[in-house]
Amino acid sequence: MGVRMLEFESPVYELEGRIEKLKRGGCSESSSEVARLEERLQDLERRIYRDLSPWDRVLLARHPQRPTTRDYISMICDDFLELHGDRCFGDDTAIIGGIARIEEKRLMVVGHEKGRNTKEKIRRNFGMARPEGFRKTLRLMRMAEKYSLPIVSFIDTPGAYPGVGAEERGQSRAIAENLKEIFDIATPVVVVIIGEGGSGGALALAVGDRVLMLENAVYSVISPEGCAAILWKSKERAPDAAASLRLTARDCLECGVVDTVIEELHGASHRDPEGNAAVVKRELLAFIKELEDLPADVLLGARREKYFSIGYFEGKGI
Amino acid sequence: MNWLKRAKQGIKTWRKRDIPDGLWEKCPSCGEILYRKELIKLLSVCPKCRYHFRIDAFTYIGILTDRNSFTEMDAGLVSGDPLGFRDSRKYRDRVKDARRKTGMNSAIATGTARLDGRKVVLAVMNFGFMGGSMGSVVGEKITRAARRAVQERIPLIIVSSSGGARMQESILSLMQMAKTSAAIALVSNNAIPYISIITNPTTGGVAASFAFQGDVIIAEPKALIGFAGPRVIRETVGEELPEGFQRSEFLLEHGMIDMIRSRQELKGVLGFVLDSLMRGAATRVKEEHREHDRTTISLIR
Repeated sequence: MGVRMLEFESPVYELEGRIEKLKRGGCSESSSEVARLEERLQDLERRIYRDLSPWDRVLLARHPQRPTTRDYISMICDDFLELHGDRCFGDDTAIIGGIARIEEKRLMVVGHEKGRNTKEKIRRNFGMARPEGFRKTLRLMRMAEKYSLPIVSFIDTPGAYPGVGAEERGQSRAIAENLKEIFDIATPVVVVIIGEGGSGGALALAVGDRVLMLENAVYSVISPEGCAAILWKSKERAPDAAASLRLTARDCLECGVVDTVIEELHGASHRDPEGNAAVVKRELLAFIKELEDLPADVLLGARREKYFSIGYFEGKGI
Repeated sequence: MNWLKRAKQGIKTWRKRDIPDGLWEKCPSCGEILYRKELIKLLSVCPKCRYHFRIDAFTYIGILTDRNSFTEMDAGLVSGDPLGFRDSRKYRDRVKDARRKTGMNSAIATGTARLDGRKVVLAVMNFGFMGGSMGSVVGEKITRAARRAVQERIPLIIVSSSGGARMQESILSLMQMAKTSAAIALVSNNAIPYISIITNPTTGGVAASFAFQGDVIIAEPKALIGFAGPRVIRETVGEELPEGFQRSEFLLEHGMIDMIRSRQELKGVLGFVLDSLMRGAATRVKEEHREHDRTTISLIR
């Protein structure tokens, strides 16, 4: 598979290529040179991926090689059995869900799936769910509650699908139903925003007891392009909109919308998928452990209070 | 004599406005010219085609509640600018303008009121305030209104009209969908009836949260209701939109709402629904108490 990269990443890949070449050459005096260059690579990664503009993070969150939900499931879980369908209309391939095993732990895993290559992206509708997808998620979450399985939810979607069929089958209602019902599902819910957290379509799967966000993931109420089209009357201003929307992981942490930001190894998760998945796995399991033994009413009460406390306003009520 | 040409220079026609401002109103749906005083008496509903003119929150409150029975809650809450949002204008300036224009501090008025004598919590959105968009203030006021309904065990009625979540508060606006949903879940778990009235237009984050969480959902005739706006659907998907798409009648046909009622009919329908559901809510409380008594009894034993 050819390496696809973003413009600002090219120095990193260039240097990596040089190191690769030296290594292949294999002569003795080059090994010290390799070590020196590898150090430089680390330094370069740190510099390039640390000081990114919000728009660069949007590009990274949408990076064609960024690990998707399916990648995380296969890297984190020892077993996964996918369950299909909403029992109403169809099976939405933009969302996957099923029963998973990590070591001795059993879980319910759900998440948006964007797909990797063009063919799969089309099949997955680029991770944009229709009502069937949200109803499938709710069905699995209720099942998880019934059998005391903790829920892990991976978020990666541009948004809910804006189509005629989706509207006819109640896109608003489907999202609204998930948002309300999650406050009654008495089992721990841990959410990981791994890529794009696009508006209501993301939120429908993203309400939980703990919300984790990867360093280069983004989360916002509208896409930068959509926001630019409305407020700047031009999609070209998307980078400005991205900055105004405060959609980076750090911003979301500051607003109290996410609980933890997971730093991505080697600057971005597509540069070290396995390493990053291991970190995500460790964090997930720790949070589940922390939540697992809470009585149902404490868990649900705390979940409700967590969301009641989000918001910023001035003035007093009477 | 030429009847079509002007014989003299300098003859002026009246300005091409056949109705002076303020007295008459033209129905945007059927073109009927309506006498404004008459229109207001008809609760701003066109007598010919039932088109519902947009009215502000307090006019709506006047229609639904008994005279002078509305006591507003949390009127002092106003938007801050948590993100320092700026597009072509500052967010704070946009809010300031909206406050001046509407005479309200936010896009929603909440309070307690009486509806033909029944005590209720009522929240009415105002589309004139930044498109009725939901930011932190709307989210907080809905949440407080819902909790008040639970505390006092009285029904909750929300009249929605909104373009969706407020972009200028970005992620915080998105979270208000979760926050208001948590509040409605609390109402629902306490068997407090929640009636959602959806008016023109209601889309995006408001449609995808509390507007579609009612026990009973009533829409005004011909209101635009949907998740994505029609323009967005046409543009991003390139699909042709069917006739009457995303209108109340379309939603009723697809099973998404319980009924369509005009403003004149709302009070009567609400009264019947509330009486019926509140009776059940009261018995449920009694049963819970009975359950409680039994455990107390077993403890005493």
